[in-house]
Amino acid sequence: MHVDHTQPLEYSSGQGRLNIYGFWVFLGAEIMLFATLFTVFFVLENRTGSGPNGAEIFEIAPVLAETFILLTSSFVIGLGIHAMRIGNKKAMMTFFAITLVLGLAFLGLEIDEFVTYIHEGATLQTSAFTAALMTTLGTHGAHVTFGLFWGISIIMQVKKRGLTPETANKSFIFSLYWHFLDVVWIFIFSFIYLKGMM
Amino acid sequence: MEFFERFAVPHPSPAIYASMVAIGLTVIAIIAGLTYFKKWGYLWREWLTTVDHKRIGIMYMLSALLMLFRGGVDAIMMRAQLATPDSKLLDAQHYNEVFSTHGVVMIMFMAMPFIFAFMNYVVPLQIGARDVAFPRLNAISFWLFFMGAMLFNISFVVGGSPDAGWTSYFPLAGNDFSTSVGTNYYMIAIQISGIGSLMTGINMITTIMKMRAPGMTLMKMPMFTWSTLVANLIIVTVFPVITVALAMGTMDRLFGTHFFTTTNGGMDMLWANLFWVWGHPEVYILILPAFGIYSEIISTFSGRNLYGYKSMVASMVVISALSCVVWAHHFFTMGQGALSNSFFSITTMAIAVPTGVKIFNWLFTLWKGKIRFTVPMLYSLGFIPLFTIGGVTGVMLAMSAADYQYHNTMFLVAHFHNTIIPGVVYAMLAGLTYYWPKMFGFMLNERIGKWTFWLMSIGFVLAFFPMYITGLDGQARRMYTYSEATGFGPLNMLSFVGAGIMAIAFALIVYNVYYSVRYASRNIGSDPWDARTLEWATHTPVPEYNFAVEPQVHSSQPFWDAKKNKHVLFPNEIEKIHMPNNSGLPFIMCSIFFVWGFSFVFAIWPLLIIATLGIFACMAYRSFENDHGRYISAEEIHETEDKLRGAN
Repeated sequence: MHVDHTQPLEYSSGQGRLNIYGFWVFLGAEIMLFATLFTVFFVLENRTGSGPNGAEIFEIAPVLAETFILLTSSFVIGLGIHAMRIGNKKAMMTFFAITLVLGLAFLGLEIDEFVTYIHEGATLQTSAFTAALMTTLGTHGAHVTFGLFWGISIIMQVKKRGLTPETANKSFIFSLYWHFLDVVWIFIFSFIYLKGMM
Repeated sequence: MEFFERFAVPHPSPAIYASMVAIGLTVIAIIAGLTYFKKWGYLWREWLTTVDHKRIGIMYMLSALLMLFRGGVDAIMMRAQLATPDSKLLDAQHYNEVFSTHGVVMIMFMAMPFIFAFMNYVVPLQIGARDVAFPRLNAISFWLFFMGAMLFNISFVVGGSPDAGWTSYFPLAGNDFSTSVGTNYYMIAIQISGIGSLMTGINMITTIMKMRAPGMTLMKMPMFTWSTLVANLIIVTVFPVITVALAMGTMDRLFGTHFFTTTNGGMDMLWANLFWVWGHPEVYILILPAFGIYSEIISTFSGRNLYGYKSMVASMVVISALSCVVWAHHFFTMGQGALSNSFFSITTMAIAVPTGVKIFNWLFTLWKGKIRFTVPMLYSLGFIPLFTIGGVTGVMLAMSAADYQYHNTMFLVAHFHNTIIPGVVYAMLAGLTYYWPKMFGFMLNERIGKWTFWLMSIGFVLAFFPMYITGLDGQARRMYTYSEATGFGPLNMLSFVGAGIMAIAFALIVYNVYYSVRYASRNIGSDPWDARTLEWATHTPVPEYNFAVEPQVHSSQPFWDAKKNKHVLFPNEIEKIHMPNNSGLPFIMCSIFFVWGFSFVFAIWPLLIIATLGIFACMAYRSFENDHGRYISAEEIHETEDKLRGAN
């Protein structure tokens, strides 16, 4: 493998550069995926059938908590990548671990939120609105869940193999993914929750 | 026993029992043959585990041909049923199943893999690359497509075929009106192969943007590579839409949600919109690479540069942008109002402009050229007038006010077959004939090929032009029969005769392969067509590393310039080459995907959970695997090169 030392570690190998580029293209597809989900949500938002609407079931406190937790996790993984760039393996692993713990906390709150909805009579089957809501939130939540497992496997690899062009590349791509989930959440927070509560 | 009852076909007929027996016998024959000739190891080592873009391309092509015959049999059944009034050959339900699977198979499992075959085989060679950017992902794409196709194809013997049309409009496709598992197959099989297509999109974009040979700027890329780039940009843009739509359709059917239902706020037209937001760009995903192939062939056999290179590129980009804003023309009559109908009417007609630019560019390329009437060129020359007729009837359909007359009639069926057959199918057959010597080291017989072309074209005109007339007279599509009083009988009989002639033409293709395998000369050199682009600059058969030395490019037809203008293509010395290792993981993972899809179709939840865990286990294995590929040494390359030079 040819290694270019003038580049940051994650960009130093040819395959690594391809991976990062390819992942950006993948994120483009992910944007389209969530854009479609949002479109469906906006179309079905007011079609609540005999079920509740957004204003009736949304609660600001847990949603705000989820938002702050996820935003913080995105900041922390940024610190993790900075630690990786200056070659501090231990700090990097710590920051990644904090990121995942925050992700887990986010997920716990979201599951609790879903349980509350179901208790209030807003299940997946209730109406077009609840189906679109839970599918959009659920797709984001499934991405976070997948990210937890992915992140754990990356921490394990960095621990075992150290900071090589390959592990650095994987870590960097994972951070792109994590930031992306954060961006999606900002849209969910603004256009599903805040708009729904108005 | 109750468990097994769900797998029974709900609506059996002798034809279905016969296919069960045929499938069973074929499987036994394949297994026995592989065992008898001791080919299991060969199959595993050389094909099932390969990550070589050329072999993956060939597998795409073989699968596409197989599906072409499956879809073709559906087509013949439909034409036979409609050949005479009040025919009792098929009943309404069977006819529904046949036209639904015909559409899905031809678009998703024939045309898509056929263009992927050429993208995979040709693009890395055309840009002077060693492989695609992500060879392992490429294998996963192929096997996802393959498993999706197989899952879809077992539907008619296990549980029942989809019967709601290839568009699967809700509420018809909902549980109330489609009671068999057929539509589940539709949702899941297309989902699986669609994920594969999306991955191909990412792979091809990265390959083309990042792995071109030195000197090949974007505006020096061969036209087929350009068309591939644009088509894959469309793939990445619109396939996520169908992913979401299919997931929601699946949830409506299996989990009782209300996305597309008519109760509790569901909106059936939402499906139609989402489907066509993907579905219309999808036809441009198919036609743009076809245009690319025609551009290569017309340029080669006219002995001239492609006329209007820049306008060709610009028109493709314009087409790709417009393709995303025309979707509502598929349902002008469904009441969205005059304003939006006018908008979509105008955007649709606007597509004729860049397409017309391309037609004129091909004509100007032919102008004053030294034209050689080879088989690929015949298909390309047949394409220009026939496709133009299809395009003009498309503009007729695009007028939303007039569309009320021909909406959902045979006129529409005639129109889209008139674009897809001379557009896509001719391109695939032209490309097949053109690239066959590069893939297999011998040429297909030209005389049989010319017979095929003429039979195909005569059959096509006879089969589809009468539909324009019956359509304008009011014959509805998707109706399994009609009364004698309508007077549609004679023209439908003519269509049947045309379909029969096309069937003979397709059989001739098979005969041509057989004949050429036996009798064609193997001594054809690496450039049998006197072509212009890089894929012809390497040996035949192409070594696994494609080019011993990375080519240096100065124009959009580097090989022609090397032959005629003494440009030096390979200035450097041979060095060791890095290649990816083969892997069985893609095949295994996608086989688990097949099980995953099957258990989803029949709602067997425990199996679904096991399969899901299996898929994640494969991904985890890949993540932890330490595989840095391997090097081919310079000596080894010298040896291979000497041998290949001797062979030619």
